Amino acid sequence: MQLNELWFILIAVLFIGFFFLEGFDYGVGILLPFISKNDTERRLVINSIGPVWDANEVWLLTAGGAMFAAFPHWYATMFSGFYLPLFLILLGLIVRGVAFEFRSKMEDPRWRRGWDYAIFIGSLLPAILFGVAFANIVRGLAIDANMNYVGSFFDLLNPYSLLGGVVTLALFVLHGALFLELKVDSPIRERVQALLVPSWLAALILTVLFVAFSFVDTPMFANVNVVQGIALTAAVAALLATGFSVFRRRYGLAFIANGLTIVGVVVLLFSSLFPNVMPSSIDPAFSLTVYNASSTPYTLSIMTGIALFFVPLVLLYQGWTYWVFRKRLTLSSHLEY
Amino acid sequence: MDVLDLSRMQFAVTTVYHFFFVPLTLGLSILVAIMHTLYVRTNDERYKQMTKFWGKLFLINFAMGIVTGIVQEFQFGMNWSEYSRFVGDIFGAPLAVEALMAFFLESTFLGLWIFGWDKLPKKIHLATIWLAAIGANISAFWILVANSFMQNPVGYTVVDGRATMTDFFALITNPNVFLQYPHVVLGGFTTGAFFVLGISAFHLLRHRRQTAENTWLFQRSFNIALVFGLFAILGTMLAGHAQGQNMARYQPMKLAAAEGLWFDEDPAALSMFQIGDERARDSIINIRIPSLLSFLTYDTPNGLVRGINGLNEEYVARFADRYNEEYAERYGLSTIDYVPPAIWLTYWSFRGMVGAGVAMFVLILAGLWFRFRGTILQQAFYLRVMVLAIVLPYVANTTGWLLTEFGRQPWIVFGEMRIEEAVSPNVTVAMLWITLLGFTLVYGVLMAVDLWLLWKYGSAGITPARAEEDLQPEPQPAPVVSY
Repeated sequence: MQLNELWFILIAVLFIGFFFLEGFDYGVGILLPFISKNDTERRLVINSIGPVWDANEVWLLTAGGAMFAAFPHWYATMFSGFYLPLFLILLGLIVRGVAFEFRSKMEDPRWRRGWDYAIFIGSLLPAILFGVAFANIVRGLAIDANMNYVGSFFDLLNPYSLLGGVVTLALFVLHGALFLELKVDSPIRERVQALLVPSWLAALILTVLFVAFSFVDTPMFANVNVVQGIALTAAVAALLATGFSVFRRRYGLAFIANGLTIVGVVVLLFSSLFPNVMPSSIDPAFSLTVYNASSTPYTLSIMTGIALFFVPLVLLYQGWTYWVFRKRLTLSSHLEY
Repeated sequence: MDVLDLSRMQFAVTTVYHFFFVPLTLGLSILVAIMHTLYVRTNDERYKQMTKFWGKLFLINFAMGIVTGIVQEFQFGMNWSEYSRFVGDIFGAPLAVEALMAFFLESTFLGLWIFGWDKLPKKIHLATIWLAAIGANISAFWILVANSFMQNPVGYTVVDGRATMTDFFALITNPNVFLQYPHVVLGGFTTGAFFVLGISAFHLLRHRRQTAENTWLFQRSFNIALVFGLFAILGTMLAGHAQGQNMARYQPMKLAAAEGLWFDEDPAALSMFQIGDERARDSIINIRIPSLLSFLTYDTPNGLVRGINGLNEEYVARFADRYNEEYAERYGLSTIDYVPPAIWLTYWSFRGMVGAGVAMFVLILAGLWFRFRGTILQQAFYLRVMVLAIVLPYVANTTGWLLTEFGRQPWIVFGEMRIEEAVSPNVTVAMLWITLLGFTLVYGVLMAVDLWLLWKYGSAGITPARAEEDLQPEPQPAPVVSY
């Protein structure tokens, strides 16, 4: 295997880490206004992700940095091409990040309600827009001979990509609901449980629609490869297993299964692209691939050494964090701050 | 304004803004870790209270640094895609390593520190704040490795119009990094010190006639920050001086701009006050000290220091192959030259930075003097000045970066890529206005909120912690979830 291919996989791994971990953070942020009735409950919901959301977000920064380092053209084309969507994502992440910190600093209910909206919007925007972005990449973008996206902002908002955005939204909401089921106590827990079946159904229907739409509207399944087949099967099986576990009230299993669904969807998207990273809809010859968009073998080999040392280390200490904060939060927990 | 101007303005706004928060994170994280260490070593509740007081302010500031930092990583690709393509093979690596090695460390262990007070054994909990502080300070190293490549590119060769890395070790041992890193980090430590000094001074002024332990807390904080600040400001000044000498060698145009030196001189005089004419490229009023610039640069009274006009002529000739009339036409330039825009800004930024630095050094020395005489509490005037002096490190940090980046113009990577070539070709003026106004608006509101919160929590008095033996089990109120 060439380093270009290894790095394609590593970027996928970083996005898997990001969607798996930030996925439930976004879900929790989106559910916040709907499942908590008073200030203490809202605080509890926020604290369920309080110690971890920031480190989860670093997966995005690492994925972005790794794209820049390993595939500079991919980074340059994608970030300049998705200029306005990324601006909206950035605004969302900015207000959401400070909201977690600033919310508690004043007693005034209007102040707190304002920051709760910031958390909601700041979770909703990226949850949708990352799906829109990746669906657009899979569908193919108007990329010219100089690797620049020459379409407009509104070209990015096509039915297929919007459906992609709703799919990630549904998956993240379900992921967040399952996470909360495991982390909080009644009465929030019961409210979350009541949401599980509808949000699972929504995720299932939308995902199936998305796959069907992919067949019709995109070159996604033009040349099916083995990884794609496995990823698609695994994603669907995991999503069914999620529902099954929810019905049997095995919520831990359901959380893992839904996490696997997210992993499966990301692998499906990446394996559908390969060896492209940004297919051009103007001319396949203009597409960015893992070969023409990449850094030199020298840089890739340096980065490989660094990544192989640090990624496992990060997983180790982040895993430990989840162990430290493994206890369910109850309304009588005293969460020192 | 065209796409280039707007892109530059947006980068300036978002980066200067981001760097309001970063230096305080660098310095205050270490100070809070020191306070926490004192608590763990002495088991004195008052140190715990101290740690939590400054820790709260640290976190308010930290949140702003984090969220504005995401923009930093994204905007190279968003606004400077041609630049990203050109340097990606080199520039991306330190950014990726920064995230992997530093951001994960910082964010994970800070989460553990914030929420770990009653969940972790004391010493492990102490280790978490140190790891977070170390993470923050490692991140500064990697971003400066990236920045140094723009100032003084090393360890690369250009193949097919792209800079490709040939020597990673050369990249991270760039002579520029080894002066810039200590200068920036110690500047951050100085910022942390003056933040603690200023807020402590505010409380000492308010409480100076009381004998409560509250005064103890702020007096103690003041003393810690004084000693910390002494080393920080001394180190910042020494590293800065070495950087100036380094500049003469690697970035003579920046030095010439910073000194407002229009013509080559040997020995070179140091300009103390200048009003220049940037069109004529000469000075109108210039008050100078003979030989001093040569002395500062070479440690001897003589030595050639290159001037702006001489260097410009040299560069025009040296880069004529690539930057010729055709290039000028393509990017709509009337002439090709290499003189940074707004020399006055670079010149006065340099003076602002040095002036603020010297003022901070004097204030620290005065504080140490009062401390040894045991009269700090009586020095109402000094304490008032120290409250106002919180702005000094911010002046120095901002002007320092303005000097560094304006003095680099018109290059984005010195000798390799000019700024006009670097912008994203597919981003339009309309898109830029949306984002520039959007960022400015949101940043403006958040700055107001942030300052207000810092003021609220920085000025709030604290009830002194009682010594251990006085502690009675308090009647527990209804359980609350605090954050």
